[in-house]
Amino acid sequence: MSGKVTVIGGGLAGLMSVIKLAERGQKVDLFSLVPCKRSHSVCAQGGINAAVNTKGEGDSTWEHFDDTIYGGDFLANQTPVKNMIEAAPSIIYLVDRMGVQFNRTPEGFLDVRRLGGAKYSRTVFAGATTGQQLIYALDEQVRRYEDEGLVTRYEEWELLSLVRDDEGCCRGVVVQDMKSLDIQVFPADAVILATGGPGMIYVRSTNSTINTGFAAASAYMQGAIYANGEFVQIHPSAIPGRDKLRLMSESIRGDGGRVWVYKDGKPWYFLEDWYPAYGNMVPRDIATRAIFKVCVDMKLGVEGENKVYLDITHLDPHDIDRKLAGVVDIYEKFIGDDPRKVPMETFPAVHYSMGGLWVDYNQMTNIPGLFAAGECEYQYHGANRLGGNSLVAAIYAGMVVGPKAFEYSNGLKQRCNDLPGSLFERAKEEEITKQKALFAMQGKENPYKLHQELGEWMVDNVTVVRNNDRLLATDQKIQELMERYKTIGVGNSPEWGNQIVPFTRRLWGMLSLARVITLGAYHRNESRGAHYKPDFPDRDDENWLKTTKAEWTANGPHFSYDPVDTSFIKPRKRRYDVAKEVTAQNG
Amino acid sequence: MAKDIRLVIKRQANPKSADYVEEFVIPYFPKMNVVAALMEIQKNPLNAKGDVTTPVAWDCNCLEEVCGACTMVINGQARQACSALVDQLTQPIHLAPLTKFPVVRDLVVDRKVMFDNLRKVKAWIEVDGTHDMGPGPRVSPKVQEQAYRLSKCMTCGCCMEACPNVNPKSNFIGPAPIAQVDLMNSHPTGALQRERRLEALMTEGGIADCGNAQNCIKVCPKEVPLTRSIARLNRATTFHGIKSWFNK
Repeated sequence: MSGKVTVIGGGLAGLMSVIKLAERGQKVDLFSLVPCKRSHSVCAQGGINAAVNTKGEGDSTWEHFDDTIYGGDFLANQTPVKNMIEAAPSIIYLVDRMGVQFNRTPEGFLDVRRLGGAKYSRTVFAGATTGQQLIYALDEQVRRYEDEGLVTRYEEWELLSLVRDDEGCCRGVVVQDMKSLDIQVFPADAVILATGGPGMIYVRSTNSTINTGFAAASAYMQGAIYANGEFVQIHPSAIPGRDKLRLMSESIRGDGGRVWVYKDGKPWYFLEDWYPAYGNMVPRDIATRAIFKVCVDMKLGVEGENKVYLDITHLDPHDIDRKLAGVVDIYEKFIGDDPRKVPMETFPAVHYSMGGLWVDYNQMTNIPGLFAAGECEYQYHGANRLGGNSLVAAIYAGMVVGPKAFEYSNGLKQRCNDLPGSLFERAKEEEITKQKALFAMQGKENPYKLHQELGEWMVDNVTVVRNNDRLLATDQKIQELMERYKTIGVGNSPEWGNQIVPFTRRLWGMLSLARVITLGAYHRNESRGAHYKPDFPDRDDENWLKTTKAEWTANGPHFSYDPVDTSFIKPRKRRYDVAKEVTAQNG
Repeated sequence: MAKDIRLVIKRQANPKSADYVEEFVIPYFPKMNVVAALMEIQKNPLNAKGDVTTPVAWDCNCLEEVCGACTMVINGQARQACSALVDQLTQPIHLAPLTKFPVVRDLVVDRKVMFDNLRKVKAWIEVDGTHDMGPGPRVSPKVQEQAYRLSKCMTCGCCMEACPNVNPKSNFIGPAPIAQVDLMNSHPTGALQRERRLEALMTEGGIADCGNAQNCIKVCPKEVPLTRSIARLNRATTFHGIKSWFNK
């Protein structure tokens, strides 16, 4: 008799883990906050990396591995990254077999483009909607297993908390139906979280509205360690909107887009000027800091604002339609200008969390039986993620975690069904009690306004440039918001279809993780990847070549640090003005 | 210049309760879309009369028109609220839930039937397994460009809303899943199972229920060539029917 595995999250990582489990004959309960096809993975645009060397440039998995480690400023543990990179070509082939509509070369092979931080074209893409195309393919595969009776989908359900037994092992989940707000408990032998990133902590970001990080926050508040939280990627190009900062894919630069501002009345291509070896293809953290310098320090932003031109007017319109239509459409729809004719105006925006739940090389958190995969964990990107690596990391982690969770659940001496029912009833009752308390909140604060305040502070102080005094002030502010949280009023809307109460619950999670990000940044007195402090402008390997680990306590996060696995490539200085040194593959 | 926008929203507390209309006045800001307007109601849940009310419930997620979640009827047309820019809409702006799906609350509807229909027509490629078997079949760029247009369907429900043959008296699966059959059947591996999908389309509520109104193609926000797929599959199912009859 096989064990019982539950997957939380229906994005790429979650769906891939479900497929791996179902393929083993494992019955799976899949919970997703939105119908899987609407998960945030749909927003990934540029493509998915694998060293397939279609262009005959001499690319290799070693080069991809070295670029990833170098691009991540040596903070990632090298063993799992190496395994991922080596699996990447087979992942591309697999999803290709599943019918993903990747762009093709004239000969019918998979076409590749270049993205930032790479010297080779190794990004396979489906127009500029690669994430959407990938998730549709995986969703279809899961539907097939659903048809075979192996997978039960619970779409529009949210994880509230984990069930932990007397030994601390994860034994199930307490979840909520978002229509009725009905709370239920599902026992499980292993639980996989694949719940995405926490970008909504910043409110204005390229993330989808569901990306509150609540599931990860909930696990953190129940004892799961959160790692490298301070590493938050700011994407160099997005377009403004009060409801959302819409991403303008890095593939625009990859396919020839140029970034410039006016200087002395003439276009100044500052990335090409400052980084001759990589030009517009520098990694995101480098591009973002350069834009920040041009706009904020040199005051050369377009119309005096923090905006620069992203220009594709010189490219062939047919090529644009074939490769970039998805993203050009977004610009046209939301801004009203045609990027084929007028340079786009873009600016940096919060985009991706390199940090997340700490996991071991088997994707298991420090809570036995609780696994994590995808953006909600920390493992594959170090201090800065390269474009095109998120999709491969999400799918790869799903491919690892499915079999590992299967192994774990089948190796257990005692199954969840052998445990006393009272364990599960108690966990459920606790959440019902908490929900009653939420409904009873009738103070004067509006949770959406509190969220707005949190976002403004986080964007102003915990993004591109970080100063310790501002970080401490931000932590004070978060604590003030946590006090004011107690006087939130949720109104008297009934339970059915209620959206305020679940949002208020998530807000507490966001506040808790905001402290992890802010204080993690405060403690790390160096600059590395996306984390930059003018007072400590250099990378400090002696003191900070370390993984940050935050543990929840009633008084705020408690930090400890682990050494980083550098077993393949010795850390070296990271620069993009000259070509990257070649490293020798020593096995 | 400060100006306000006016929203007239059709609301309903739950599937069993009666619907009603409530008006809202919201401060205008440049480039605002319908989602941003609804977010303002969350922050300040007062109706046009100034009375405290429950904030309007609606679905949304990506806010860049790739997830399909925020589909609703805006000034009489089914579309995504995120890409509905206030500057381009006549005021007052009328918002209502999609009518072809059960209402959950306010503007939130339950579109589960669309995912069930994808399952019904077996819209997936049957791979042998996820183990490494090397690359997939080679595909010409021309074929890929056609297929890509079909694969952008985000299951939003606009085509269902516009189709007169999707109604309480019919079981018609609607245009979206038919286009997905076209997509799967045109894939070199997917074609190996094309008969199963054709047969699924030939059951009750299948392609025969299409009345060729051609409304679907006009409302699809992703410009999926729905009518072309329907025409192609009409032919394919007819041939398949004749062939099966002769092979009996």
